[in-house]
Amino acid sequence: MHLTALNSKLIRRPIQRYVWLFLLPTFAAFCIGFLYPFFKGFYLSFCKFRITKDATFTGFENYKSIFHDTSFLHAFWYTALFAAVSLIFINVFAFIIAYFLTQGIKGANLFRTVFFMPNLIGGIVLGYIWSMIFDGILIRYNTAVTLETKYGFWGLIILICWQQIGYMMIIYIAGLQAIPEDMMEAAEIDGASKWQKLWKITIPNMMPSFTICTFLSLTNGFKLYDQNLALTNGRPYIQEGGTVIKTTQMLALNIVDSFYSSLTNRGPGQAKAVVFFILVAGISIAQLTFTRRKEVQQ
Amino acid sequence: MKRLIAICLALVLVFSLAACTKGGGGTDAKKGSVYFLNFKPEADEAWQAIAKSYTEQTGVQVKIVTAASGEYDKTLAAELDKDAAPTMFRVGNVGAVETYGDYCYDLKGSKFEGELTTDAYNLYDANGKLCSIGYCYECYGIIVNKALLKQAGYELSDIKDFASLKKVADDIHARAAELGFDAFTSAGLDGSSSWRFSGHLANMPLYYEFRDDGVKEQPATIKGTYLDLFKNIWDLYITDSATTGAAVVTATGDESEAEFYEGKAAFYQNGSWEYASLTEKGMKAEDLAMIPIYCGAEGEEKAGLCCGTENCWAVNATASKADIEATLDFMYWMVTSEEGTKMMAEQFGPCPFKKAATPENVFFAQANDYTAAGNYVVTWAFNWTPAVDDWRAGVVDALAQYTAKGGSWDKVKEAFVDGWATLYAKDHA
Repeated sequence: MHLTALNSKLIRRPIQRYVWLFLLPTFAAFCIGFLYPFFKGFYLSFCKFRITKDATFTGFENYKSIFHDTSFLHAFWYTALFAAVSLIFINVFAFIIAYFLTQGIKGANLFRTVFFMPNLIGGIVLGYIWSMIFDGILIRYNTAVTLETKYGFWGLIILICWQQIGYMMIIYIAGLQAIPEDMMEAAEIDGASKWQKLWKITIPNMMPSFTICTFLSLTNGFKLYDQNLALTNGRPYIQEGGTVIKTTQMLALNIVDSFYSSLTNRGPGQAKAVVFFILVAGISIAQLTFTRRKEVQQ
Repeated sequence: MKRLIAICLALVLVFSLAACTKGGGGTDAKKGSVYFLNFKPEADEAWQAIAKSYTEQTGVQVKIVTAASGEYDKTLAAELDKDAAPTMFRVGNVGAVETYGDYCYDLKGSKFEGELTTDAYNLYDANGKLCSIGYCYECYGIIVNKALLKQAGYELSDIKDFASLKKVADDIHARAAELGFDAFTSAGLDGSSSWRFSGHLANMPLYYEFRDDGVKEQPATIKGTYLDLFKNIWDLYITDSATTGAAVVTATGDESEAEFYEGKAAFYQNGSWEYASLTEKGMKAEDLAMIPIYCGAEGEEKAGLCCGTENCWAVNATASKADIEATLDFMYWMVTSEEGTKMMAEQFGPCPFKKAATPENVFFAQANDYTAAGNYVVTWAFNWTPAVDDWRAGVVDALAQYTAKGGSWDKVKEAFVDGWATLYAKDHA
């Protein structure tokens, strides 16, 4: 059908009249699956409750208590550090691999597939597999990944890089291939070196890819849960100032943990979840506006 | 024509949805129904069968839902939120009473309670409400492969206390290469195995301390008076075994069990629930025995097995009256009818009810023999642990550091004693 035909009233009218019918299923699903739980969760964060239908409103009590919770603060800084380090590693390696795989190496397609594959494995499985690999090596030195915080941290970095580099690499490859040939040709004729072409043409043209990749790896880093659970589950623990601190526990795990480990009030866990939402949303919006500004319009 | 088809399809959609909502409420509301949230995945099949049979006999609907292993608390919290909440569930320790006590129907004076032979396994809340009733009990200790023991030149009667246990174990370990088996199975600290030590083994110092101090309810603090006993036996487990050092940290429960039924080790700390699994794997009942966990306490040659339970049924107080009645009837039937008692004995072992059937599990016979011989029962003091998962996690971690890196025992003591106080305070904040 020709485009102008779509604009004809005969076709537009019936579509316009029934637009609600097409929107309804998705909108209903959105309300049931997202809006309702979200607002209920928000309300519950101001309540004392064990079972959500018997909640009593207590105002800001839960929020007050979580900022005195050293395990939460520890998890926050640990997660922030993890997100920053993983962001750098994932993107640097993904870009380098993508760059080399678009240079016309033999078997590039095979490499792409292989690098992408880890992404298809679930987080829990990955966590267990890697814990076996790490422990298999560390046991030679009479230690294990759950015995030292630094092993847990770098172990998780290795795991997450292995899992996500392939995914980001695909995005970078798409970005690299979208760079207009004529620009490259013009640069070559002007006598630009390889290095100059990379910095002056490739990278500025790829800013949209950087935006999306940094966004994904940053939010993934903050939201990480199953890999963390399966690899160390927060071990090793230390006792400090009256609380047990799980030294390799990240935010998401801390939230679930405090929700279920509390006998009498699950409100603080819920309050943590709300703070977590605001935090992740805030950071990603800030990061998006920052990188968007660097994007060039073609 | 097209419009007609569309209308027909829309009608089908609407009616099928309506049918869905109606289907759930098909039972006779006056009669009441039972909804049991089961926490033992291994017993699910038996539960489903017995529920079906009960429905056939009485016409009362019985719905059994089994929570995935380790997910019981999460499932219960979610299910209680629903309109059709479980009418019967498990409340197994003081922590659970604190969380779900408000939802427990007072079982005092019920027909079901009247069938009990002992009050020892029941749980009460702070106001004396009978929240849940222990429907079976379990025991644990050190499971011994008598055939291997004999091969090494010993009899069960040679082990009477910690000193003699250590002597036998040390000797077997020293001759492991020649005998082809070691003394203890791996004392794995992986999550699938660590509860045997942070829960069950840790019960030994707790029990003796509480017995000395006459503790009758959950204490806010503990002293760790008998932690040396814990160290004695733990050191033995990690020395007289094929698995030592950091390998202990990652060894799993399955590995440990396999070492035992494959005849690679003579001693295996675990409980009566292992009986079915071990005999299924080809071990002979006459080769199996369970001895008390000897750890060097004074007078422990008079010790029996560690018996107790976390298997307690509670009835949902917020359910409708008819459902509560139906549930109580079902529970009563389970412990009085031939079919019910048979299933209970097969699945759960001995049950403290007047008409309970006798289980074939040899470990229970041994538990009874010890009691009959006048030995004291080591009760499950660990049922009082505050924030049990967190406390155990702390102890496991300290044990791991101690075992793998030759860390200091003080850390274990810290996790044990300070951890208790900290978590108790947190629970009661």
